[in-house]
Formats: sequence, structure tokens, C-alpha cells
Amino acid sequence: MVRKKKFIEQSVYGTGPAEIQAQSHTLSILVDNEPGVLARVIGLFSGRGYNIESLTVAETDDVNNLSRVTVICSGTPMVIEQIKHQLDRLIPIHRVTDLTLEGAHVERELALVKVNSQGEKRIEALRTADVFRARVVDSTHESYVFEVTGSSAKVDAFIDLMRGLGMIDVSRTGVAAMSRGAKAI
Amino acid sequence: MTPAKPETATIQTISPAPKAKRMSGAQMVMEALAEQGVDTIYGSPCGAVLPIYDALHQQKKVKHVLVRHEQGAGHAAEGYARSTGKVGVCLVTSGPGATNTVTALTDALLDSIPMVCISGQVPTFLIGTDAFQEADTTGITRACTKHNYLVKNIADLPNIIHEAFHVARSGRPGPVLIDLPKDIQFAEGDYIQKDNAPIHFYQPRTEPDMDLIETAVEMIANAKRPVFYTGGGIINAGENASKALTKLVRDTGIPITSTLMGLGAYPASDKQWLGMLGMHGTYEANWAMHDCDVMICIGARFDDRVTGKLSAFSPHSKKIHIDIDPSSINKNVHVDLGIVADAGKACEALHQVWKARGFKLDKPAMQNWWKQIEAWRSVKCLSYKNSNDVIKPQYALEKLRDAIAKDGRDTFISTEVGQHQMWAAQFLPFDKPNRWLTSGGLGTMGYGLPAAIGAQMAHPDALCIDVAGEASILMNIQEMTTAVQYKLPIKIFILNNQWMGMVRQWQELLHGERYSQSYSESLPDFVKLAEAYGGVGLRARTPAELDDVIDQMMKTDKVTIVDVCVDQKENCFPMIPSGKAHNEMILSADPSQYDKKLV
Ligand SMILES: Cc1ncc(C[n+]2csc(CCOP(=O)(O)OP(=O)(O)O)c2C)c(N)n1
Ligand SMILES: [Mg+2]
Repeated sequence: MVRKKKFIEQSVYGTGPAEIQAQSHTLSILVDNEPGVLARVIGLFSGRGYNIESLTVAETDDVNNLSRVTVICSGTPMVIEQIKHQLDRLIPIHRVTDLTLEGAHVERELALVKVNSQGEKRIEALRTADVFRARVVDSTHESYVFEVTGSSAKVDAFIDLMRGLGMIDVSRTGVAAMSRGAKAI
Repeated sequence: MTPAKPETATIQTISPAPKAKRMSGAQMVMEALAEQGVDTIYGSPCGAVLPIYDALHQQKKVKHVLVRHEQGAGHAAEGYARSTGKVGVCLVTSGPGATNTVTALTDALLDSIPMVCISGQVPTFLIGTDAFQEADTTGITRACTKHNYLVKNIADLPNIIHEAFHVARSGRPGPVLIDLPKDIQFAEGDYIQKDNAPIHFYQPRTEPDMDLIETAVEMIANAKRPVFYTGGGIINAGENASKALTKLVRDTGIPITSTLMGLGAYPASDKQWLGMLGMHGTYEANWAMHDCDVMICIGARFDDRVTGKLSAFSPHSKKIHIDIDPSSINKNVHVDLGIVADAGKACEALHQVWKARGFKLDKPAMQNWWKQIEAWRSVKCLSYKNSNDVIKPQYALEKLRDAIAKDGRDTFISTEVGQHQMWAAQFLPFDKPNRWLTSGGLGTMGYGLPAAIGAQMAHPDALCIDVAGEASILMNIQEMTTAVQYKLPIKIFILNNQWMGMVRQWQELLHGERYSQSYSESLPDFVKLAEAYGGVGLRARTPAELDDVIDQMMKTDKVTIVDVCVDQKENCFPMIPSGKAHNEMILSADPSQYDKKLV
């Protein structure tokens, strides 16, 4: 405590702001599909100390050469506003939409889960997969690869269950998101 | 029946598409620079840019200034940009040439200076092989440029150059880097003229929302203690923005202060001017900021050196923030009204609505406010104890100020970083924009001399003075040679206290007078140094010598170093200490007045 006080008095920067509850926001970003764009987005987050929880990117418009990035980030309302403005400042970024603020939207994630087990566990894995509407996309005598889609919470739950059933590998895409209703971003 | 064939009517006379000129990538660079209105560039050649230097050699439109270190090229381009309002350009080689510009690029980013840096790169087929003088320049500079490009195809080159200029000067200006591999410099392609280049979707908003302007004007009209707080955004918005601001401030009768970056946008000789605000700002400016009820911030960004302790920053005011960069609004300080617009257009709009609606401020309230301000002014926060034996740095600057006024030439002042920079900001009056070149955001020691080179190149007949510290000037002293080569009569006015004075001041006030590594035990003889470079060296040891030395300095036609031996222990006041609020500033150089218990 003494040291903290000393820091406050000696540092020209004073103290940081009081802790405010962080929120998660889902952003949809339309960018030029050119080399380095992803590095710019990620560099912005790391350089300014913002938190990324999930990031997905792929080309979505090959006529206009655009990619869509979906980012889930967390921060105080002021930080979230900054993140959006800072993203908007990047030259190759066409548009930033805050799906969390825009209203209802759907979020989906896909995961591939490899399970290595025999006997009762193998059967239980298959049964659980059925409950989660996961599909078997590869199988050997010892293993399955399941493909599961849904909200991140559902994917989390599936992975949790599979952990006890011989899960040895997971690959997740991160969240893809879109607003509900008739409007595009 | 076929109609008779008219002789000529069916022969369509479409004028042929203008035939694109074929040329090499290197020639395209020169062609595009000329088309973009660039008359001077700053740089240094080596392997990876030789084709461009070859093309440079074979044309006449663009002049090149050979610097001695690429950081110098960057700052010179900044000095050129800031003193002209045009885009500054530097040209450097790959690897070390490019990495040497990183400080200047960061400096330009933080101070929003329009700049284009063209760096050579190893040929595309060698990229990624750790080739000789290869560096991941776009990777390294991604965080210190507004945007950057790696050109991999000759067909893209002309558009990229035009786009780079557009990005550098549009919206909030900044540095843009083009990394140009050597094989692309050699490759032939079709040149695309500026006017035929595609229009980029990056078109930042400049026109203010008039509804918000109306709201702002109403807020101002109802104020009892309003203050204008302006910044470098006004300077960046061009000379007309300064004029519009001046009209607005005069017609409303509201006091005005500005950041370090904004000095000169409003004439310092005017009675509504409160002086600079912030850590070393004036008593009246900081108190006005603290006590105001409506703050009108235009083109400034609530930097930590301006706000002091955030939680105590101007606690009772409604805040209006006008900025061209939406990310600046609500970044550090929550404001009541944010308006995204060009500073000049916003000032014009505010003024127009103010006039159209015939607003007047509450007269008794304003009289009280000005009475209060006069009381703060009467503290005379910039006073210092003069001496007959030793030159006080403030005294030296007052003498310099008088000499400049007497001289009458258009004057451009650059600075290095430290106490001398703050004293220059406090003691030299700026009545016009673009005359004050200082590294505000990054605080780069070594900025002032190359920046003065850029300014003097752009204004050959003007008086260009670098107010320097003896430690800072050594950081880019090699540019003396550049100044000699191009016959630039820059004056380097060193306030030589033999200390890194700003560091020493903090150590005295905040670290128990433990002067760790802030004394320069050995320094060059600056008079001999100037002479060794081929310039003029002068020295003033006592106040009595000062007038004569400044007199001589004003008359030299070569780069001149004036070594002003000043009081070693003088501190820069007023000062808002660490983590304190505007109303807790240390006022006087009298040690009994500041609280040593802080330590
Ligand atoms: C490139 C760089 N390195 C270090 C610093 C930190 N720094 C700020 S002021 C200063 C001392 C400057 O000394 P001098 O040029 O003699 O100026 P004075 O304060 O004595 O007027 C230093 C080291 C800086 N601003 N820039
Ligand atoms: Mg010094």
C-alpha cells in the first residue's frame, strides 16, 4: 500500500480509473480482403490493451473482395466505444457494427471434437453427440471426430461432457454472428 | 432499301482514351510526387532505393535534401509539413534506413502530421528470406503509421501513391508509409494520373451536424464562465480555421487557451488569450479550465498533460468537444456534446449560428468571469527572479523574443524537448498558425534541428530558430552538415544548463534530489563544434553579453549555434505535479512554495 501511494505521488500519470464492470460485445466488421488486414485488427487490440474473446474472419464477398470479421471483445462501455472508433479509423475497414447494441442477433460457433475411447465410453460419447445434434465426421475403431454447432454455451457444454469420455483434441472456429430480421449490416 | 450511307455521320468520333504513359516504378514515384504538388523531399540513398534516386536525378520538379540520418529525414519532412500545411515526404532505403525513421513516424502519428514515407525494400522474391538489409518494414511500422502499404505489383503502384497522399492529408492527418521492393521500382507499367485514380472509400466527415452546432451555440449562450480550449486540430485545418476561430472568439468575448500543439492558432498578443494550459501552462489558463461552466474544446484531445488528475478535471463544466476524429471524443474525458467535424468548418458554423441568432452572453456574468481571470493573471505566474551575473533561461528567451519582434522577418520556431521547450512555449508569443514546430505528443529530443531544416527549405527568407537544450541537440547534431550543404541560415539557440534539466527538475521535486544520471559530465565546445561543421558559433556567458550575441546571430547567413550558458538550477514553473488537479499547481520558483513533503 505504501508503495502504491508512493507511485501515485511520483508518477506523472497519476492513478488509473476506478474498476468498472466489463461487458462483452459482438462486433461485425467489413474489411478489404488484403494482406495485413487481420494483423492490423489484432495489432490494434494488443497495442491498446483491449481484450479479444473470440475472432473469426473469412472472405464473404469475392466480387468486391471483402472479408467479414466477427470479434467478441470485452471492456467498460467507454472502452467498447473506443474499440469501435479505433477499428473504424483503420483505412481498410469499411464498416463496424455492434451487434450487441443493434438488437437481437444470432451467434453460432462450430467445433470439431476428437474422442478416443472404447467400450461403454465410446457408446456414451455417441449418445451424447446425438443429444447435442453433433455429427460424426470421421471414425476409426478407436476414435470419433464430432462436428457440433450452436451457441458458444452449447459448444462449451458439449466439450465439458466429452472431456470425461476420452476427448483428446478440440478445434473451435470462434463465433460467427448476424443480426436477426431483414436488414443486412 | 438501304439508306444511303452518310459519308461521315456514322463514324463515331470517340476521343481515344488518354494513352497511359509507360514508365518504370521508380519514374512513377517521381511523376506522382510532382503531381501531388511535392517540391522538396528529404532522404538518403542506398541499394534498395537506387532506381528511385536514379529517376530523381533525371527530373527537375522535385528537389531532394540529403540528410545525415533517416530520423532527420522524417523530422525534416514533419517540419516542412507543419510550416506549410502540405504533406511532407521522405525517402529512405530498406532495413536500417526504414527502421531509423520509426521515431519520426511515431512523432508524426502522435502529432497528426501529414507525411508520406517511401522506403525501399529487397526485391519481392527475396522478401522473407532474411536478405541483406531486409526488415519487415510494414510490420514494424504498422503501429506507428496511419496506414502503410507493401507494393507487390507494378500495376498497383500509381494508385497506391495517390491513395497514400489522400490518406495522409484527409481526416485526422498522419504518416503513411509505402514499402517499395526494388524489382517493382525497375518494373515497367502504365502510369495512372492523380485525377484518374479511383476514389477511395476513406472519406472522413468534415461538415458538422448543424443541429448539434445549434445545441452547442445555445450551451455557449447560456454560459456564465465559458472558456475555449483549442489544439493542433485548428492548425491542421488550415489558415482559414485560425481565422474562423479568431472571429468566433472575438465576437463571443470568451477567453481562450490552447494546448502546446495549438499555439499560434489564436494570436497570443490578444487580450482574450490566456496562454497555454496544462502541466506547464499558465495559472490563469488552468484555473479558467478548472472553474469554467462551459468548455468548448476544438481540435484538442484531453491529453493527460492537459487534464492532470482526471477525476478532478474541470469538475463543474459542461463540455463540448469538436474533433475530426470520432475516436478522440469520449476517449479520456466524458463530454456532454461531441461533434465530429473539421475544426475550421465547425468554427465557421458556430460563428454563423451565433450571429444569425443574435446571441449575447450574460453581461454581468461575463464581467465577473473576466474580473476573476484578471485576478488570476495578476499572480503573474511566469515571473522569475532575474540576475545580473547569470543568464536566466527565461531572460534569454525574452531577449530572443524582442530581437525577433525587432527583426520583422516571418519567424518559425522549432524546439527540442525539455525545460527549454516549455519555456519557449511560455515566453515566445505566436500570432500566426504554422510558426511553432514542437514535438508535443511523443516529446522527441532531436526533433528541433531537422524540423528547422524542413521549415527553412520551405521558407528560404524566413527566420528559423531551433530553441534547444544541450542534451537534445546532440541527438541529431549530424544534421548541421545538411544545414551547411543547403546554405540554411538556421539559428540554434541552446539554453545550455549542462543538465537534462527537465529530468533534473523531476528528480529534485519528486525523487529526493537524487540526481541519477541527469548531469552531462562532458559536453562539446558548441562554438568550436559549429565551426567544425562549417557554421558559426557564438557564446553568451553573462546577461551583459546576451544582447550583442543575439544581435550577431540575427545577422549570420550560415547555420549558427548560440551557446547560451544559463542558470543550471532553474526550474520550469508553473507546474502541475503528478496526479494533481489544475487548481493544485506549483506556482513559483521559490522553493519554500512547493511541498517537498511530496517525496
Ligand atoms: C529521444 C528522447 N529520449 C529521452 C527523453 C526524455 N527526456 C525528456 S527531457 C530530457 C532532458 C532534455 O535535456 P536538455 O535537452 O538539455 O533540455 P533541458 O531540459 O535541460 O532544457 C530527457 C532526457 C526524450 N524526451 N526523448
Ligand atoms: Mg539542458
